[in-house]
Amino acid sequence: MTDASMPSATPETRHKVSLVTPDARTQKRKAAEKRFRMYGIAGIATGLIFLVVLLVTIVSSGMGAFQQTFINVPVYLDAAKLDKNGNRDIDEIKKVSTFGYTPLIQDALLQQVRDAGIETPLEKRGDMKALISASAAAQVRDTVIENPDLIGQTVDFRILASSRVDGYLKGRVLREDVARDKNIDATHLDIVDALVPLGVMQKTFNLAFITGSDASESRAESAGIGVAMIGSLFMMLVVLVLSLPIGVAASIYLEEFAPKNRITDIIEVNIANLAAVPSIVFGILGLAVFIQFMHLPQSAPLVGGLVLTLMTLPTIIISTRASLKAVPPSIRDAALGVGASKMQAVFHHVLPLAAPGILTGTIIGLAQALGETAPLLLIGMVGFIASNAPDGIASGLLDPNSAMPAQIYEWAKRADPAYYERAWGGIIILLGFLISMNTIAVILRRRFERRW
Amino acid sequence: MNDMRIVERDVDTNNVKISAKGVQVYYGDTHAIKDVDVEIQDKTVTAFIGPSGCGKSTFLRCINRMNDTIDVARVTGDIRIDGEDIYDPRVDPVQLRAKVGMVFQKPNPFPKSIYDNVSYGPRIHGLARNKAELDDIVEKSLRRAAIWDEVKDRLDAPGTGLSGGQQQRLCIARAVATEPEVLLMDEPCSALDPIATAQVEELIDELRRNYSVVIVTHSMQQAARVSQKTAFFHLGNLVEYGETGHIFTNPTDPRTESYITGRIG
Repeated sequence: MTDASMPSATPETRHKVSLVTPDARTQKRKAAEKRFRMYGIAGIATGLIFLVVLLVTIVSSGMGAFQQTFINVPVYLDAAKLDKNGNRDIDEIKKVSTFGYTPLIQDALLQQVRDAGIETPLEKRGDMKALISASAAAQVRDTVIENPDLIGQTVDFRILASSRVDGYLKGRVLREDVARDKNIDATHLDIVDALVPLGVMQKTFNLAFITGSDASESRAESAGIGVAMIGSLFMMLVVLVLSLPIGVAASIYLEEFAPKNRITDIIEVNIANLAAVPSIVFGILGLAVFIQFMHLPQSAPLVGGLVLTLMTLPTIIISTRASLKAVPPSIRDAALGVGASKMQAVFHHVLPLAAPGILTGTIIGLAQALGETAPLLLIGMVGFIASNAPDGIASGLLDPNSAMPAQIYEWAKRADPAYYERAWGGIIILLGFLISMNTIAVILRRRFERRW
Repeated sequence: MNDMRIVERDVDTNNVKISAKGVQVYYGDTHAIKDVDVEIQDKTVTAFIGPSGCGKSTFLRCINRMNDTIDVARVTGDIRIDGEDIYDPRVDPVQLRAKVGMVFQKPNPFPKSIYDNVSYGPRIHGLARNKAELDDIVEKSLRRAAIWDEVKDRLDAPGTGLSGGQQQRLCIARAVATEPEVLLMDEPCSALDPIATAQVEELIDELRRNYSVVIVTHSMQQAARVSQKTAFFHLGNLVEYGETGHIFTNPTDPRTESYITGRIG
């Protein structure tokens, strides 16, 4: 009963209450409402604070990965070392491994240190090893093989510095730490300090982090997320091509055509349950069905895509059914009333109206799948691909590959703190993808939302 | 009652268009229509009146088998249009609904252009061989629904952008575009203001020349104004059916009298 209908026995006292001074009951109600609002504001504020903390942490820890220290060094490509017979035969040049190039680079850097007049106890060529990335020799070798005419000349190279040097310049490696580090010592850091003002060592934007491939444990400076990005892209293609048509067709059937009986009820409950199944369960299902039973290749984006399709389907079906349900029945009546068949009513009128919702659901399902790691670990989507595209992953869907979240997980596992930084950097890129996908979903929804 | 009438009471024809015998409708366990027998004549406006939930809309929806779309609804008995049993298993409800048009309580134009709204029916039934014919059908239908002059310059505008009364007339145009023989109207004026209502009522009288019109209405004045025949439903029963003038002035059943004098319903 409401209070309006209660004390009808005392009309006189009720009339005496002034409207200007609220009675105790009203004040209590008002206070309760105010408290409730405060709880809401407090909840939202807490959420916002955590979000800001999260974003600040991610950005501050990960931005370093987008910058890398390079050494500008003129390397004399000694013909006596690289092309002993002097006939510029490409096959013979290819026989010289990176071990043939390393001394040339080290000599070149040592020469630079001497030319700059830096006083240092490091006088041997081998002392420069700690400054130069292990992948620098491969870079120089690739350039030479591409253009053998360079042999005998002095060529300016921009080679990667080692991850310790990079870490020192980014503040990750401190002078106190290097005492315990067998890879580098304080004298090296003195050289770095002297070379930076000369412009020999430079910290610049590192495109290779976004486009490059993974690298071994000892070469953190050359690792990139590009190949894993392509792996994720292939998987998303598989997910989109399979889950959108299957999901939409299944929801249209269930929502518009299927009889409402016990069987469809069971299917409905199961779809809702599937959406809540932990993703690792889909991973082990994929391992058992696609790899062990159907013998599809391990680590392949095709298998990854299939597993993620299983995971995304319930999301798409649920959101599609919700948007089909949201189309007012009057539209269906109108179509049926002029003599459209059920299918015509659905495809001409209901589906176009539900399309924005379906699209949004699909994109959000895809975004979810893009960030999924657990099932990928079980089907081995953590391939170590150290050669850049298109070499390592030429045949696309069936070649072993990694995916962005799996790559981040791999990096986070590695010992070198340089990889820790790259893991954060990878998270920034992944978040960038997720945020842009969700933005597209919102824009689509706004653009195509129709009134009826 | 006599001063309210705007239409001729005379029934031009005695041809039976729709005949129902022993119609029962169940919604799950609810017995919504109980043994209804009625004969609806051609080129006549027949009004179904009665209190809310009495089954008049349900019975209307039996005539074009719209109840088929409700899973729990079950219809038994015999409904014939021009002597053909519309619940015969060989009858395709899609074909039936092209022959029996329907206008709904709430104006429900498709969220498409005015032109597309009207041309949709003819298009799916293949009534026009080319664009010119389709244009003709659209114009004719909009004229018949007395809305042509208001929309002829903006056929590409969305149908949902029209006012309520215009939307309802657009829905009528859409219903007549498929050249139906029977037009069912389920409280077509309940969402309209008096002016729009008057326009639609005039339209209904116009439509009588070509179609057999069945209208469900809550307004007894409206039934008196537009119809030649009136059927009074109460609790799923067809209580009384006859000439409108007769029902309103000299009802035979006490329930009808109570309803039209405002004692029940």
